[in-house]
Amino acid sequence: MTSTVNRVADATETSTSAASAGSEVAAPGKRPKKPTTQRTRHWRENIAGYGFLAPWLVGFLGLTLIPMLYSLYLSFTRYNLFQPPQWVGFDNYIRMFTEDPNYTQSVKITLIYVLVGTPIKLAAALGVAMLLNYRDRGAGFFRSSFYAPSLIGASVSVAIVWRAMFSTDGPVDNTFSFFGFEIGGWVGNVALVVPMMILLAVWQFGAPMVIFLAGLKQVPRELYEAADMDGAGPVKKFRSITMPMLSSVVFFNLLLEIIGAFQVFAAAYIISNGTGGPAGMTNFYTLYLYKRAFSDGQMGYASAMAWTLVIVVAIIAAVLFRTSKMWVHYQGDSK
Amino acid sequence: MSLKDFRVKDDADQERVTQPQPRFTRKQITTAIWFVALMSLTAIILYPLLWLFLSTFKDNSEFGSNQGLLPEDPTFDNYLKVFEGIAGVPMWRFFANSAFIAIMATFGTLLSSSMAAYAFARIKFKGVGIFFAAMIGTLLLPFHVVIIPQYILFNNLGMIDTYWPLILPKFLATEAFFVFLIVQFMRGIPREMDEAARVDGAGHVRTFTSIMLPLIQPALVTSAIFSFIWTWNDFLAPLMYITSPEKYPLPIALRLYNDQTSTSDFGATVTASFLALIPILLFFLVFQRFLVAGVATQGLKG
Repeated sequence: MTSTVNRVADATETSTSAASAGSEVAAPGKRPKKPTTQRTRHWRENIAGYGFLAPWLVGFLGLTLIPMLYSLYLSFTRYNLFQPPQWVGFDNYIRMFTEDPNYTQSVKITLIYVLVGTPIKLAAALGVAMLLNYRDRGAGFFRSSFYAPSLIGASVSVAIVWRAMFSTDGPVDNTFSFFGFEIGGWVGNVALVVPMMILLAVWQFGAPMVIFLAGLKQVPRELYEAADMDGAGPVKKFRSITMPMLSSVVFFNLLLEIIGAFQVFAAAYIISNGTGGPAGMTNFYTLYLYKRAFSDGQMGYASAMAWTLVIVVAIIAAVLFRTSKMWVHYQGDSK
Repeated sequence: MSLKDFRVKDDADQERVTQPQPRFTRKQITTAIWFVALMSLTAIILYPLLWLFLSTFKDNSEFGSNQGLLPEDPTFDNYLKVFEGIAGVPMWRFFANSAFIAIMATFGTLLSSSMAAYAFARIKFKGVGIFFAAMIGTLLLPFHVVIIPQYILFNNLGMIDTYWPLILPKFLATEAFFVFLIVQFMRGIPREMDEAARVDGAGHVRTFTSIMLPLIQPALVTSAIFSFIWTWNDFLAPLMYITSPEKYPLPIALRLYNDQTSTSDFGATVTASFLALIPILLFFLVFQRFLVAGVATQGLKG
């Protein structure tokens, strides 16, 4: 399987070259010696192109690009929606990192959530995908059952259920008590509420699992047969065949899951009733951002937080893309 | 009874015969272990949903004492209470609001995303490369960076407490994910299909509506399902923009239950949560093969 990421790259390449080819032909087309029909055809293509692209273009400029730039401007101001923005320079950014313990706390728990939760979720996804790949008959049922949580995981209903499951004397607490561990409810427990949120993320391992499974189906059987003949054990086969052949899928899942995990919101909001408690332990980055903007009316500060998130995500994506050359192998690598 | 005895004897006989090749039975044992392991995992994963369903039949007083699966004294009281509604708004109203927003959003997404995808995949015009790169860039962009300016914009347009902020962006293909998905699908369709129509004198509009749209139907169905489910589940946008209870979609209405009655009427909260999930679960049961296959081939995330 050519990985999707690879396909993105390919798609970008082709369209860029197509565009430059188009402009090369279009430029001499302006000279009178070229036939007029060619020129009108280019005009028609341009008009059709921008016509079809118009809704996206309006959305991109009006709802994404200009808002991003405006948000960058706001991040250097103090703004509460009612008085005009007041320029404060880097004040918001400085306050974030030096004077706001809530911000530091929010960054800390979000990083724990991302850095601990994502590997566990992906490991679970890969493990179960390998288990499902062992046999075709009956696997379809399990695949669908495991995928279901991914569809509903972000909903308010599930957050409500999750809170009930982990509350004092709830099903999880009762199970632990049965085995002699009296730990009480997880929701109000400062040490356990982040693990509870991580478990909610891991519960949704189905989406990356389905992608892993599609990748595993593409690994040629002959490779494993050859390894068998050479007397390789299961660990050796996993390290030398499965992982390299799956590396592009691992990369794709890692990128998507990390970026997604930074943006956890609804569950944190519902589980803490919008407070981010107990003791700020569910005050995840986007929840804190939302509270700053819409409860405290600090649009400038919240914009600075949003831009910090964009920069962090961009750095992570860049690092992943850069290092991917060292560990991601593309099948049929000919370039 | 006697038939069973015969069967057992048969099996035993066969085992005796096949004993020199123990790999046959070993394979069977591994399969049995495989099956049991996956069944246990299914039970653990689906337990919260089963618990939710069965809890809707529990009496309110039971929630403190009985956190097990089965209600001690099954009752429909919760359903009756939920149908009465909350904050003076009947339950069906929240469903209707959610359905209206999700259907409009899905229609808008399909229309605008397929148009943009056609431009990216099939029309050679100046600037297509830059715009395509921009579209790919927005795929990975944390959207929280635009929510504040968007809020200011819709506030200035007087659109707070209307559905415009929830629906209008979908008609402008702001979810790059769907544009990308349809572009990928279109690239898989042989160019001869639409070039033939172009040679016959059909313009791009004609080619798009009568050749391309029927061909990309599978991608449109996948997009429609995801768009519907994501809009149905969406919490942040209605939380920001919708202020009157009679306009609430389900997720915000659920918050109303969650806030006001977190301890006193847990039965109603659980039941409303369950009802809100039903449309998605039905969608899933009907389209599950399609969804899972779509996720797998497009490498997309649910």
